[in-house]
Amino acid sequence: MQKFSAFALAKEALSGQKGWDRQWRDAAPKPAYEAIIVGGGGHGLGTAYYLAKKHGLRNIAVLEKGWIGGGNTGRNTTIIRSNYLFDESAALYDHAVKLWEGLSADLNYNVMFSQRGVLMLSHNVHDEQVFKRHVHANRLNGVDNEWLSPEQAKSFCPPLNIGPGMRHAVTGAALQRRAGTARHDAVAWGYARAADALGVDIIQNCEVTGIDRDASGRISGVQTSRGAIATRRLGIVAAGNTSVLMAMAGQRMPLESYPLQALVSEPIKPIFPCVVMSNTIHAYISQSDKGELVIGAGTDAYISYSQRGALHISSHTLEAICELFPMFRRMRMLRNWGGIVDVTPDRSPIIARTDVPGLYVNCGWGTGGFKATPGSADLFAYTMAKDEPHRINAPFNLERFGAGRLIDEAAAAAVAH
Amino acid sequence: MTQTYRLATGGLIDRSRTVPFTFDGKAMTGHAGDTLASALLANGVHLVGRSFKYHRPRGIVSAGAEEPNALVGVGRDEGHYTPNLRATQVELYHGLRAESQNRMPSLERDVGSITDRLWRFFPAGFYYKTFMWPKGAWTKFFEPRIRAIAGLGRSPAAPDAARYAQIYAHCDVLVIGAGPAGLSAALTAAETGARVIICDEQAQFGGALLAEPGKSAWLAEQRARLAGFANITMLPRTIAFGYFPHNMIGLAQDLTDHQGEASDDAPRGRLWQVRARQVITATGAIERPLVFPDNDRPGIMLADAARTYVERYAVKPGNRAVVFTAHDDAYRAAVSLHRAGVAIAAIVDLRESPAGPGLDAARTAGLPVRTHATIIGTEGNLRVAAVSVATIGETKSERIACDLVLMSGGFTPSVHLFSQSRGKLAFDPALDAFIPGTPAEPTIAAGAAAGCQSLEAAIASGRAAGLSATGQAVAAPVAETGAAGFLGEVPHGRDPASVRAFVDFQNDVTAKDITLALSEGFRSIEHVKRYTTTGMATDQGKTSNMNALGIVSKSLGVAIPSIGTTTFRMPYTPIPFGYFAGYARGELVEPVRETPIHAWAAEHGAVFEDVSLWKRARYFPRGAETMHDAVARECAAVRAGVGLFDASTLGKIEITGPDAAEFLNRMYVNAWTKLKPGRLRYGILLREDGFIIDDGVVGRIADDRFHVTTTTGGAARVLNMMEDYLQTEFTDLKVWLTSTTEQYAVIAVQGPRARAVIAPLVEDADISAAAMPHMSVVECRVAGVPARLFRVSFTGELGFEINVPADYGRAVWEAVAQAGQAHGIVPYGTETMHVLRAEKGYIIVGQETDGTATPDDVGLTWAIGKAKPDFVGKRALARTALASQTDRKQLVGLLTADPAEVLEEGAHLVADPAQAVPMTMLGHVTSSYWSAALNRSIALAMVRNGRARIGQTLHVPLPGRSVAVTLTDPVFYDPEGARLDG
Amino acid sequence: MLLIPCPYCGERPEIEFSYGGEAHVVRAPANATDAEWTAFLYQRSNARGSYAERWRHAHGCGRFFNARRNTVTDFFEQTYKIGEVPA
Repeated sequence: MQKFSAFALAKEALSGQKGWDRQWRDAAPKPAYEAIIVGGGGHGLGTAYYLAKKHGLRNIAVLEKGWIGGGNTGRNTTIIRSNYLFDESAALYDHAVKLWEGLSADLNYNVMFSQRGVLMLSHNVHDEQVFKRHVHANRLNGVDNEWLSPEQAKSFCPPLNIGPGMRHAVTGAALQRRAGTARHDAVAWGYARAADALGVDIIQNCEVTGIDRDASGRISGVQTSRGAIATRRLGIVAAGNTSVLMAMAGQRMPLESYPLQALVSEPIKPIFPCVVMSNTIHAYISQSDKGELVIGAGTDAYISYSQRGALHISSHTLEAICELFPMFRRMRMLRNWGGIVDVTPDRSPIIARTDVPGLYVNCGWGTGGFKATPGSADLFAYTMAKDEPHRINAPFNLERFGAGRLIDEAAAAAVAH
Repeated sequence: MTQTYRLATGGLIDRSRTVPFTFDGKAMTGHAGDTLASALLANGVHLVGRSFKYHRPRGIVSAGAEEPNALVGVGRDEGHYTPNLRATQVELYHGLRAESQNRMPSLERDVGSITDRLWRFFPAGFYYKTFMWPKGAWTKFFEPRIRAIAGLGRSPAAPDAARYAQIYAHCDVLVIGAGPAGLSAALTAAETGARVIICDEQAQFGGALLAEPGKSAWLAEQRARLAGFANITMLPRTIAFGYFPHNMIGLAQDLTDHQGEASDDAPRGRLWQVRARQVITATGAIERPLVFPDNDRPGIMLADAARTYVERYAVKPGNRAVVFTAHDDAYRAAVSLHRAGVAIAAIVDLRESPAGPGLDAARTAGLPVRTHATIIGTEGNLRVAAVSVATIGETKSERIACDLVLMSGGFTPSVHLFSQSRGKLAFDPALDAFIPGTPAEPTIAAGAAAGCQSLEAAIASGRAAGLSATGQAVAAPVAETGAAGFLGEVPHGRDPASVRAFVDFQNDVTAKDITLALSEGFRSIEHVKRYTTTGMATDQGKTSNMNALGIVSKSLGVAIPSIGTTTFRMPYTPIPFGYFAGYARGELVEPVRETPIHAWAAEHGAVFEDVSLWKRARYFPRGAETMHDAVARECAAVRAGVGLFDASTLGKIEITGPDAAEFLNRMYVNAWTKLKPGRLRYGILLREDGFIIDDGVVGRIADDRFHVTTTTGGAARVLNMMEDYLQTEFTDLKVWLTSTTEQYAVIAVQGPRARAVIAPLVEDADISAAAMPHMSVVECRVAGVPARLFRVSFTGELGFEINVPADYGRAVWEAVAQAGQAHGIVPYGTETMHVLRAEKGYIIVGQETDGTATPDDVGLTWAIGKAKPDFVGKRALARTALASQTDRKQLVGLLTADPAEVLEEGAHLVADPAQAVPMTMLGHVTSSYWSAALNRSIALAMVRNGRARIGQTLHVPLPGRSVAVTLTDPVFYDPEGARLDG
Repeated sequence: MLLIPCPYCGERPEIEFSYGGEAHVVRAPANATDAEWTAFLYQRSNARGSYAERWRHAHGCGRFFNARRNTVTDFFEQTYKIGEVPA
């Protein structure tokens, strides 16, 4: 793999940028592979990379029905954090954050992981109770997270309104300093380039139309828009379309797919130093390197694969943004888009073997899959290579629902009394 | 400065009104009817901005919404400041203050332009290839510097002073765009009596005709006809920005921007959400720049824009022009400028043998035309000074001095909204353009947006659209009359490595950047877009996308339809957040729910807390009391005497009908059949998965009538769940559900003297201990008001809850307060309620439980009606895998070794506080308070296998120390329940 | 915002409705096996394309009803009352 560096840039600057290699080959499918990953997003490409790098598999294909990184990888608001409540989640997401911290160097691709800090706003007594429970649990799990007063939160994020007259006053915030953002496209491209260098075939415009099983029921291959391909190890990592693919193997999933929207403003000079989230009033905001305010909205109420959400959903989020940051009320929405998120009954992901020998699935990341990308990919590669889960992803199995061992981060924040 | 470049006659400006304005502090004047761009040009100003990446000097390229370069910040103060506005869309008003952006210290001298001199080091995607070392340097060092160079304008520094309005509307036909096609469509549809809305982004209707003095009479006639239809709503200054499912269109109507927001009392803008039976998109077309070396200098503009400045604004955009074209329309511009006194130094046509009426007119006017020729470079720093022209394929070039270059690569139909509606685009090879193909919604494209380039064709297609939209027959398809132009980088014969031919002006994406992306393996047009950022600037590729496609097509040897386009996303042009937020501000963000007793509580100094949408009194401080002091006092008063508590926020559902008891049997875990009228029971509601979702006291008022209470936050959820089962699952039951949450005020009177306080107020009922035991209900009158009187306790003391019609809530409350004075009655809030219930080990759903707790986990197995064949969640509880778990978290009490230590809620418990991180956590503190009654701290916790650990010591690690706790039964106070009877 | 044809009230905007998830998911009987019960509780077709779902006209007539909607285009194919057999 050609080495990217300041030196290489300088050399190419003087020779007309003619010496750059393709970052990955535009591979055509071979008749058979040792392992096939369906889904060319960050999680899928990363899985292929770690399968090749850490587990020695060489004959691997990633099948992507469109262009790599074109699903939720390229549509999310790039928030990365690990201050989750439950031990299982904290271990999973912190595994990812640790990998994020070395990812640019590992891939020799600047994924622009920016540890700007994520502030999660509290608006009432119940929020405080929930966030403090997180802070305590995180500390004992070795995950950084601290409680800030409203004044401390404002000093960390000066545009924040903590003044009187707000419908939902800011009563404090939880801050994870190691959290932040990354450049989503670079994650897909960086993994693709590094995986390609290890011999992985990245096959775009290749839609899976069927899953083949042999007489014993084991996976034997896939049917695609570019022909049949044999394999005995198949990993489905196709956020948004998991149910559709798993149905091809006769598997009904505990999933529902919802539209999720995001939007950006026009670019402005640096004004917003961190990420701010408010779960209570559905607002997520940061500023990209380019200068755009990047804003995440909530999901629509209904199942849809349309990749677009309703205006009243994004408007609701902008109401909250304008209330929290009244100086942004005149900023203008530049672009709005939608993705499809797979949601499980407990809002936690599934990274697991299935009842079908040779079939593995990585799905159910809901609205927050990007942050887990390297961790998810690493653990899924482990699971596919060893045919058993890693200690960290073992709880994120398919059986937990029937067993009543939910990992319900959302319910933990639910309000009643 | 005088308007040196203003023509003596012509244009739609009002010369009688001179309008002063400033640009970067420099005072100038324009006329009413000018845009900021036309006024700047009238004053000879072309240099208006700096580009995003290279900070190149940039001028005005267009006369409309597609403007990529001339971006300015406008506003008289920070409360009215908006960055990144297009000077071509800003209507001039008296006193307008505009400033240029992305430059330091000045527009003419910008230190950021160092990146322009070092451009070879900053190709597309350079940032992916460096800044990776050392670890952490990206966040701390490189990123802040890159961010400082990026961004365009600056954020307003103060809160927005404006207000915004929103409206919903319905119509038969929504016409978007009031050019010739749109006007024809609207009039044709209106003639049938259809309700028509027609909107246009400009101040005046007319579209392209506003720059056609020869058509002014026709335009005036159409406008007069429009005004004659009562069934037409006209919305000028209104941008249709988004196309949503089921033919809902978002419109943004500017109300006061064009007046400089003279008053903040009137709304600045209005968001329309229009549901239309039919939509007609008559959104016009956008001229394409030509991609040639150094095509971005100030003074290089689109040909049709230059013509518009002459004809509509009476402004001469320069003195000596070179016209570069691949389309006949630019000749029209050349003739127009020539007549206005601009010297046409040359018309350079890429085509080998062009023909057309424009060319004929130019030749008649004696203008010099060079065909099969190209521009291979330009000169001039802050303004174009010369171009080099060569015959295609030859290296010998001619230098032509000029201060203005017009360019035209042909026209791109504005298919944004059609594409947003998910209609399929079709590629028209005759036009080299995508035009609307198969629609997905009831929508029709007309005019230039559908590929019609002549006025006659546009009017005819508008008329046909109007007929079709109202269900009438259309005689014949409209014949197409347009011509293609040029897509991609023009031939220039120079070393591609050494020249920059800009495709996306604002983002500084060059033709070479696109070929670099292709050579690095980015083949999908979406990849090319994301890697180079072409089309991702604030103009969203309106002038650049087709040229980028042209370059990709030529480089890969693939036809454009096989490449496809990038996705068109809303909004069409940027829309202020304020439009979407609308009226939501302060208390209008979400409704505030207040109880009938709220005002009394406020008058008595209550501190409130938010619980879902409700405001609840949290405590009633006296004098300088802290919350701790007030709560201790309130608790003591309830335990020793009597307290008064507003429980009105509890959800309430009236369940009636002959099968009401059976319905409850199936919904709640408890058994209800044997509950006698006049008695209460604590009910637990599970989800179908077996986990607790709600709880509350249920009273049987009569055989066929129950009064159900729910948690404050759960009322709507529970009712919806009950309706769901009633309507879709238990359809055999005759039951009626009514939400009564807001019908009753609920006044809790708690404490040993509770009966003594209310007894004098109660009529028609015997509330003695014998006649009215704990957990009973009686219908009576309290303070003369019909009431449902519950004898119930959430404190462990003798207690009553008085349910009275909400309108009488405050009167009854005050009567109780009055009657209680002799007994020392004290009002208390939710915080005291929490302490008192925690002392008794009563759970709060959502605090002790978190969506993963079963009844057994919180010690409520006793409540389950085990003989019942079914209830919601029963089967789930019986799942082998759930029932066999031995390490589930269970509710216990905690006592700290130091009685003064009040644990923090949310703190976690471990067996060994000295263990290494990550620690093995056994549970967490759910509730923790200072107990005045016990004179020590108490806490509730959910702990793994907790009931078996009662008596053991665990530890709560805190920063720098650890607190030892003993696990106890969760009932701390009066475990025998002796106090319930007072 | 979808325009939803309530079988009782006619077309109304989506904000008047609450969503009820997949339709025709039959509640497993009390004697169902663990596997059957888990399937009832959690597994959904989540179909891409024609999808049977439930809505409640919560801020209107209050009724639950069934719908068939294409989850790719979001267009409703039909709506029908609870207990009715779709056309």
